[in-house]
Order: sequence, then structure tokens, then C-alpha cells
Amino acid sequence: MKRSQETANTTSRESSSGMKRRSFFKILGGGIFIFFQPWNALDLLASPAQQGRSLTKDYNAFLHIAEDGTVTCFTGKIEMGQGIITSLAQMMADELNVPLEKVKMIMGDTDLCPYDMGTWGSLSTRAFGPNMRAAAAEARAVLTGMAAERLGVPENQLEVKEGVIADTKDPKKSVTYAELAKGKKLEKYLDVKPSVEDYTKFTYVGTPMKHSDSHDKVTGKAKYAGDIKLPGMLFARILRPPSHGAKLKSADVTPAEKIEGVKVVRDGDFIAVVSENRDLADLAVVQINAEYSFNEMNVNDKTLYDYIKKGEYRVNIARTAGDIAAGRLKCDKVFEHEYHDPYLAHAPMETHTALARFEGEKLTVWASTQSPFGLQDAIVRELGLKRENVRIITPFVGGGFGGKSAYQQGVEAARLARMTGKPVMVAWTRDEEFFYDNFHSAAVVKVNSGIDKNGKITMWDYHVYLAGTRGAEVIYDVPDMKVTSYSEDSAKYPVHPFDTGPWRAPNNNTNTFARETQIDIMASAAGMDPLEFRLKNLKDEKMIACLKSVADKFGYVPGKTPSGRGIGIACGTDAGTWVAEIAEVEVNKSTGTVKVIRVACSQDMGLCVNPQGALIQMEGCITMALGYTFSEELKFEGGKITDRNFDTYQIPRFSWVPKIECVILDRKDQAPQGGGEPAIIAVGAAVGNAIFDATGARLFRVPFTAERVLKALKG
Amino acid sequence: MEETIRFTLNNKETELVSDPNRILLWVLRDHFGLTGTKYGCGIGFCGACTVLIDNEAVRSCTIAVSDVAGKSVITTEGLAEDGRLHPVQQAFADHDALQCGYCTPGMILTAVALLNNNLSPTRQQIIEGLEDNLCRCGAHTRIIDAVEDASKVMTGGK
Repeated sequence: MKRSQETANTTSRESSSGMKRRSFFKILGGGIFIFFQPWNALDLLASPAQQGRSLTKDYNAFLHIAEDGTVTCFTGKIEMGQGIITSLAQMMADELNVPLEKVKMIMGDTDLCPYDMGTWGSLSTRAFGPNMRAAAAEARAVLTGMAAERLGVPENQLEVKEGVIADTKDPKKSVTYAELAKGKKLEKYLDVKPSVEDYTKFTYVGTPMKHSDSHDKVTGKAKYAGDIKLPGMLFARILRPPSHGAKLKSADVTPAEKIEGVKVVRDGDFIAVVSENRDLADLAVVQINAEYSFNEMNVNDKTLYDYIKKGEYRVNIARTAGDIAAGRLKCDKVFEHEYHDPYLAHAPMETHTALARFEGEKLTVWASTQSPFGLQDAIVRELGLKRENVRIITPFVGGGFGGKSAYQQGVEAARLARMTGKPVMVAWTRDEEFFYDNFHSAAVVKVNSGIDKNGKITMWDYHVYLAGTRGAEVIYDVPDMKVTSYSEDSAKYPVHPFDTGPWRAPNNNTNTFARETQIDIMASAAGMDPLEFRLKNLKDEKMIACLKSVADKFGYVPGKTPSGRGIGIACGTDAGTWVAEIAEVEVNKSTGTVKVIRVACSQDMGLCVNPQGALIQMEGCITMALGYTFSEELKFEGGKITDRNFDTYQIPRFSWVPKIECVILDRKDQAPQGGGEPAIIAVGAAVGNAIFDATGARLFRVPFTAERVLKALKG
Repeated sequence: MEETIRFTLNNKETELVSDPNRILLWVLRDHFGLTGTKYGCGIGFCGACTVLIDNEAVRSCTIAVSDVAGKSVITTEGLAEDGRLHPVQQAFADHDALQCGYCTPGMILTAVALLNNNLSPTRQQIIEGLEDNLCRCGAHTRIIDAVEDASKVMTGGK
């Protein structure tokens, strides 16, 4: 049945926000409630899986000023270590002119927070931030209006400082936010659009602030999904197939059922053991005798790149300028290289975890997820529940990196809660985490490029298989260029034996590795210093500024490569941010092992809301990048994942970490950009280029294992 | 077969009736509600579940609860004294030596054990002492700085 837009909107308002408002009033009691209409321009960048749900078009509860003056901000974003619990509060405190400690954040609760696509793409600050600031600024205006009435003073004569509104002519005439909120139950509905603010007036924004959640995290008070305990709850272990291509033929569950204190539940192929005792669930699940049929894809981590190259793909010419054939004729030297990048696991320290509880019709799920609303939709779909009966609460998330944009564990917990009639905790084991991860996609990049006699890049023909176009921008000034992207056409040629998904700065690591290595090869062939070569071929002022400042920070001395010094440069853009990095390495030529001595990094991220938080993210990116650079490469045989724990899948350790020196360019006049991902993109290429500078050996495949370095050294 | 197991937990005498083979990690989390001790890998490779047993750092996912009979177990909840954070906890907060915070309790307890054995470790010794504790967010340099700082505080050098 077709309904008019108006009717649909009204219905959605009643069913969704009406319910939300009721929850609000029940939980928060009195005070001033500011509802606002979200502005969603950047939300359109959301991942395709989420696009099924239309954006909320009506007012959402958004911030609350309590009778004690506490300001609570409600956001669908979640905190997973990226520090927005602090930086968003900073923005809020500034716009409302309240002390930072008066701002509370409620995050990722689908009953209380406005709809949000998910926490990814470094969007919290750049897309959500403007919404929040605008609403807060409007809220301040509302409060000022109330104060004017109460004090009998015109609004333009009032000033707000630290949550106190005072008459500028008679400071004794004042009223606090708390006093205004006292005994009230006031609802205000605002239609606001974010506008460019005067960033210079901020108190907290731009000031380095430490993580506000540290105390709870060092004392063990901070609650993650697995830390929540409910009376009568059961722990579940689910029977898992040995590979992604396996189908259950039969299962004998009697040995598991014989264990006292354990119950086996089953719904078709979905078989689980539940127990009040986690140890017993662990013991029981391995007692199930299951048989499978297999339909494996004939590919493994060794044959991967040949397999990819034989494929048939959907072809998309993402960028083109000039004429590649004509450009080729202008080249003095032509370079043709191929770059390989493997599947990677996200491997957050906290595995996917969820606790689900039914109270009558109403389901509540506490989940470690980057997409609480996505999980809500999935449960609505798969369990056939009404959306207003499904509440997702997101406690602290123990690392996501893109991997927790998937939420299978939440659906599993919900199903089991329904099957058992009790609260059920599904906490994946590390083994399950490695199996059901949505891995960073393996990729191949082929680059044909050329330079003229003066070291100007004259042609750039870039072909990227399976890594998409994030980070595939040429960035250099090249007259004849083309970027072609090849994506999976699973009907014609299925490539991935398992799920793939976003991995911190999704695929930009692949593209930046390929581009910046190719650039370095050309610089060396031109007999030019690699920094000079880049500057000569760049017109992008931000990139130039980043390169110059990182060179300054590093104390860079120009030289032709290979110089024997072990210094490498790379740069790129991600999430609206420009980044340049210089790495210094030591290569042991007899063992092939490489030690990164230091990394300097410069970033233009627009206005930096919390310089301390941004710095920590840069350090984190550079450290995490050492994994894809040196060790991380998922081993698999068809749909069977053979890396199942940290014994074989090696992530960065303390001894790997270099000295890290960061610069954040001062860009207070520009809108804030992403900070959680950019600095990870250029490390692979910078290190690879540094290895070349040290040894003359060129690496075209990450990770740079000792074996591969040795092989490259032997030529 | 259940047994009565007596041990000291966060400086309090404790008695537990349990299957002696239960994994210490689950007993701490599920029975005692001490959820600061985290599950990370289940086989002792990551260090998220590290606790102190008689002042030594031990991975609670790899030992049975009966193994702590008669011993003293300290978790991150038991480090603070009279509401004052342990110097290592304080240094972690001061240095922002954490991001998602999930590996943090295990890191802190490993560092406490390290400093118990060597109050003034070199930077290299700190790195070696923490090498087998994994952090995915990349807080490593700050963690090393925090432990160095805690060492100074604990030796009264600050």
C-alpha cells in the first residue's frame, strides 16, 4: 500500500521519536530538552550495507539540561578508543559555555540517541560535530531567552560564562542553567543548520584534553559488553563450521547434553550450548560430533594473487584526464609495476560480544559494535520484531577498526535469548573472532607511469583490483591520467572465500602503498631526491605544506636514493585529512629483518578539536600500521582460516615501535576533518621506500617479511 | 567434584566452593564480578587477562582456580589503596596510555609485577617486560612512558 510522505512521516514520528521522548522523560525526569533535526549531508558517505534504512526526518532527542545544570549529549556514535567521548564533549562545552565536567555523553543507545549510521570513516567529528555544535548553540540561545525573561534584561545585554547567564551591565543579575532548568519540563524543537563558527572563541576546542574515561579504564570500572551481568543469564557457545564453505550435514549433540549444567538448543543449522557456567559451555561445545559437506573455493594465501589476476570484474573508470596513449609518447622513461596486499584481520583485543535479554516483547542487547542501529535493524529483520521493541545499548567498545561494523554476534545473542527465554551472553572466542572477521580485502594494483627528462610525471595509468578508490587519487599533477577500479562480480568470478569489510582507512593503505612506492621508483630513476620529486610534481598546497613540515620535523637532508641511509617518504589523503610521513629504518642484510627507528608525521586535519586526542590517534595509526607493513597476512585455504589466534597472526609489539614525532598543522579557520585513520595510510610505503634507500632492494608486496626482504636483496 | 578453595583476593581472605578445574579468569569475572580482568585470546598469548599471583604477573586464562589456593591474587580493581590509584594506574591515566582500554588492566598488572621485581628498569627492560602484552590500538609508546614515570614516582625520584 502506498502512503503519502506526510502520513509516513507522522507514523514514524509517533513510533520512533514519540517512544524516544517517552523514554527520555521517564529516565531523565525534569529539565530542558532540546530536540533537533539532524543534518545529514555527510551521513550519505555511509557504508552500502546501511543504506536500507531511511534517515530520520523528524526531531530526535538530542541534548538535555538537567535540574542540576548537567548537560547530557546523546549521540548514536560509540566510543572504541578513538576518544570522541572527550572531543565531542569539548565541542558541546564550548557551544553551551559550560564547564567541561558538566557535560555527560550518552553514546550508542538506540532508545535514547538519534539515529546514526555507525561509527566509521572518521566521521564523528567532521559530520556529527557540526550538528551537535549547531544544536548546542541554539540551545544556548533558548536558555538566554529564558534568562532574559526571568531577569527582565534584554537578550543582547546578557553574557554566558561557565553555565551562568549574567547581565553585562549588572553582573549581580544572573541565573544559572541549573536554575533555569529547575522544576521545568520544557521541550524545545529546533530547526537548525550547522554554520561555520568562529573557532577562535573556543575555550575547550583546540585545547589538548586527556581522555575523560581513563580513570574508569585503569581501575576496571569501565564496562564493556562482556562485563555486564544479569540475573539468570546464560553463556552460549555456538557450533561453528570448520570453514566458510562448509554446510552442516549432521550433528550428534548427545555427548554435550550429558554434561550436567548444560543445555543444547537448536534451530536448524544453528546449534548452541548454553550454561550458567562459562567453563561448562566451553567444554560442551567441543563434544558435539558434527559432519559437514564442503564446497571450497580453490584459492589460498599462496595462490591468491594469481587467482585475483585471472578474474572477471566490474570495471569502473574512476578518474580520467588527458589521454594515456598520448601521455605515453611524452615519456622519457616508463615504469610498470604490480603491488600486492593480503587479507588482514581486525583483531581488536575485545572479541565481538553481546548480551541479549527479553522482557516480554521488549528486547535489549548490550553489544560491542560500531553500528548499534545497524544491529537493531538486523535483529528486527531476522527475528521479525518491531523496531520499537529492540533496544541496543553500546557500552565501551574494546577496539573496532572497522571490524565491529559487522554485528553477527548481536543477532546470535538475540536468537538465543528467544530460544532459551533467558538472558544470553555470546562472547566470541579469539578463534571465532579470526574466523568470522570481515577481513580487509586482498588486492592487486598495477601501475604504468612515466616521466619526462625533467622529472615531471607525464602519464599515470592506475589499475586497482578489489581495493576500490579510497586513496586512489593521483594527488600529483599529471596531465594524462586514468584510474580504473575493478570490483568483484561474484556471479561471474567469486573472489573472496569469506566476508571482507572496512579495515582502518579502508583500502587506502593499499592504494597509498602502491602510489607512493611507484612515485619513489620514478624519483630514483630520475636521479632526484624523493621529496624534491614529489614537490616538483605536486600542485596541492596542503600536500606540499604537509611534506615540508614533516621534512622539517624529521630534520630531512635531501639525497638521491638509494643513499644507504634508510630514509623513506610517503604521503596521501584520507577522511578529509592530508598526511605526510618520513620513516627511518635499519635493515639487517644477513637476516632480512627491518627495524623502524623513527617515524615523523605531519597532518592537516582542519581545526583540531582535541590536539591530545588527535596525537594519540596518529601514534596509534603509525603503530598499528607496523602490522600490515611487517607481519599481518591472513593464512587461509579456501574457506578455512588457518590463522586463529595471536600465535600465528602477529600484531605489533613493544619492541617494534619506533620513536614517533608528530605535527598537526594549525588550521583553526577550517572545518575539522577525520583523525582516526589518516596516519595509518602512508607507513607501508614510507617504510618500503626507506628499505630501498637503505639497500637498493625494492618491495612490491606487503607485509615485508624477513624472507621477502632477503629475496629482494638477492635481486 | 567441587572443592573449597581459600585464597586472598584483592587483600581479602576469600573462600570459594568450586570445581577446582575452573579457569581462574572466568571465576574472577563471573563469580566475583571482577570484570577488569579481560578475556583476549584464551591461550596466554595476549596478556589481557593478566593478574598478580603472589606479586608475579600470571595469565588467568591459562590456570585453574585451584592453583591459587593459599595464594594472593590481585586484579586491577584491587590495586588502588584508600581510593588512591596505584602509581602505575595513575601514570597510565596521566599519560593517556590507553585508547580502547581493553588491554589496559593486563598492561598495568604486568607493569606492576615488573616494577615489583625491578623498581628502576631501563626503557629497554620495560619494553622486554611488556613485549608479550598485546595492544591493538597502538598505545605502546605512551605505555612505556607511563611505566618509566611510575618507576620514578615509586622510587621517590619525582
